[in-house]
Amino acid sequence: MKKKLLPFLAIVLIPQIFLAIAILDKPKQKDPKVLEALKVEVQNRPKKAVDHSLFAELQRDFKRPQEITEACLSCHTGRGDELLTNHHWLWERESFIEGRGVVYLGKKNLVNNFCTGIGGSEGTCNKCHAGYGWQDDTFDFTQQRNMDCLICHDNTQTYEKASGGAGYPPSSGPLAPDYKYITANVGKPTKYNCGYCHFYSAGGNNIKHGHLEEALLNTNRSVDVHMAREGMDMSCTDCHKTQNHIMLGRYYGTASNDYNRATCTQCHGTTPHAMSKLNEHTVKVACQTCHIPTYAKVNPTKTYWDWSTACDLHDGKPIEYMDSTGRISYQSMKGTAYWASNVEPEYVWFNGQADHMLVSDSITEFPVKINTLFGNYTDSKAQIWPVKIHRGKQPFDPHYHRILKAKLWDREPGKGGLWVDFNWESSLREGMKIAGLPWSGQWEFVETEMFLPISHMVSPKEISLSCSDCHTREGSRLHNLTDFYMPARDRSATLDTIGILLILGSLFGVVTHGTIRIIAYRRRKKV
Amino acid sequence: MAQETYVYKVFERFWHWSQAFLILFLAVTGFEIHGSFNLMGFESAVRWHNISLWALVILIVFAIFWHFTTGEWRQYIPTSKFIKAQIEYYITGIFRGAPHPTKKSVYNKFNPLQRLVYLGLKIFAIPVQVVTGFLYLYYKYPSGGEIQSIDMVNLRLIALIHTIGAFALVAFVIAHVYLTTTGKKPLEAMKAMITGWEDLEDDHDVANQSAMGAEDKKED
Repeated sequence: MKKKLLPFLAIVLIPQIFLAIAILDKPKQKDPKVLEALKVEVQNRPKKAVDHSLFAELQRDFKRPQEITEACLSCHTGRGDELLTNHHWLWERESFIEGRGVVYLGKKNLVNNFCTGIGGSEGTCNKCHAGYGWQDDTFDFTQQRNMDCLICHDNTQTYEKASGGAGYPPSSGPLAPDYKYITANVGKPTKYNCGYCHFYSAGGNNIKHGHLEEALLNTNRSVDVHMAREGMDMSCTDCHKTQNHIMLGRYYGTASNDYNRATCTQCHGTTPHAMSKLNEHTVKVACQTCHIPTYAKVNPTKTYWDWSTACDLHDGKPIEYMDSTGRISYQSMKGTAYWASNVEPEYVWFNGQADHMLVSDSITEFPVKINTLFGNYTDSKAQIWPVKIHRGKQPFDPHYHRILKAKLWDREPGKGGLWVDFNWESSLREGMKIAGLPWSGQWEFVETEMFLPISHMVSPKEISLSCSDCHTREGSRLHNLTDFYMPARDRSATLDTIGILLILGSLFGVVTHGTIRIIAYRRRKKV
Repeated sequence: MAQETYVYKVFERFWHWSQAFLILFLAVTGFEIHGSFNLMGFESAVRWHNISLWALVILIVFAIFWHFTTGEWRQYIPTSKFIKAQIEYYITGIFRGAPHPTKKSVYNKFNPLQRLVYLGLKIFAIPVQVVTGFLYLYYKYPSGGEIQSIDMVNLRLIALIHTIGAFALVAFVIAHVYLTTTGKKPLEAMKAMITGWEDLEDDHDVANQSAMGAEDKKED
């Protein structure tokens, strides 16, 4: 019994110390210097080198916008050539899609789940084209003078394009641009320039994307950690770095192949966390999944667009209903809409490759997938991505099994524009004529869905997802992704039942055994 | 006659209690990771489960060294002798107050059932848990920007084996703790494992074992 103290202390104290550390331990933090260095790098932007108001070429009374483009290109030689192959100009890209081969896809010819596509409605849709005069399929994509430099390079925030003007600015009226003022103040694109189109896609602020909207022009850290006005105040081009008019970053919803993407890792690297277990997650989980816990954080986004109810008129006039929060819930032009704010994304595997439904596709599966994001657990390139899945209903030809394209807009009534004539039959006939496809004359409405990966409005780390948002038995964010085993979410129910029975059995066994021993001992004592 | 004997050395006791603590701590954190309950939070549970794994591995390395340098490993050589007697003792003899079928000494600390179970623990259960644990932890990890991989397709099989091991170890601990009370006095074995000293019977008593049993009865 000598020397009992030392071993006893060792036996009792060591576990105690271990427990104390376990309770007091705080998770490691990433060295703040890494982020500080990044911040310095981003803020180190080149200053504007020249004053365009002094250039003789711009001291003119511009009548037509093309004259400005010619003036730009007279000094910035070669820039027009760069833009000739740019997707902001062509609205299509060469892509390789398995099962289709090499295809040329883009806004020019793709179907989307919102206004369904530009075909036949170029005059209004192509307000957002970086060019002048694309109003039908005769537009000449080799004419550099029809490029619109100002929509991206105007730094005055006064340059406007006309509604229904096929990309032209208004030639008169209060919104007609003051070219003298604008040409004196051109420069690198700001978030206002990018946002002029990208915030308002599908016809209004935040309708399409849910994470690109005008709130980003003046926002705070909890909405967007990068663009917060009192923080880094970064602009789009800080990440979407551009050289020779080649922008880094291509929209995942329409870009089929995985190259030239703008990524988080281009600045943050692949091991941005202090904890290696978190870094390991980047093998299978996109940064966005944890760091964008919700989208539509400020203004609502459309989550459902039902075209089947469109064209309902009151006394021959189109109507609009708003819900109690001022969101348009019904429009004769567009049908029924659902909106949502602070939405939890849905999650899918995505390897960067996408397929797109073409109008000529024969549809066999419902709901119709307007686009398909490829990837699954075993795909080494695939990661779990947050997506907005926009659902809706579109017209469908039950005979040819095709999604039907309606012509939505025309300057004049009686030419099949749905938003002008409110007649499905004539607008489908015109729409399919423009698409160059046969139509049986019948139509019904079918469920459609489109997958829009979410990449913007990154939250501060304090409100990013925590482990138990996914690693939990009930209500895991990843409850739909069942092609892999995830700790805490998954188990073998049979195995757990057997295990619990084993433990209960052991407890029952020892208690029974012990009780019999006590009883037997007492009996022996009495004897 | 009974004699105070120094049975468990300092390291042995340190190893035993540390391992006991670590297994329990691993069970608690492990079943939290499994999703069975919510105690310290998933993230802390993972961190501490991993730290405990390393602590256990270091302890095992020292324990292996100790077993071989002291020759104590021989205590775990399984034997079929008396194994039936030992089982019968736990099923019937113990209730009659019968004597233990085998005699404990410094050179023969374990009865045949203990030998078998502890050996199984050392060469099967714990290694399975450690190996599946390491696979679970490191089956995919980034290294220098590149992904190094053991190319395990899925965590599922590893996780299920690890879970089976965990249930088995918990069941073992329950039975083990209970069986410590089956000595001469209920707390005798526990006391011995803490202090190292235990009342053991003299060699002379081997021959008189049955007589001793009778004597005990009288004393009772």
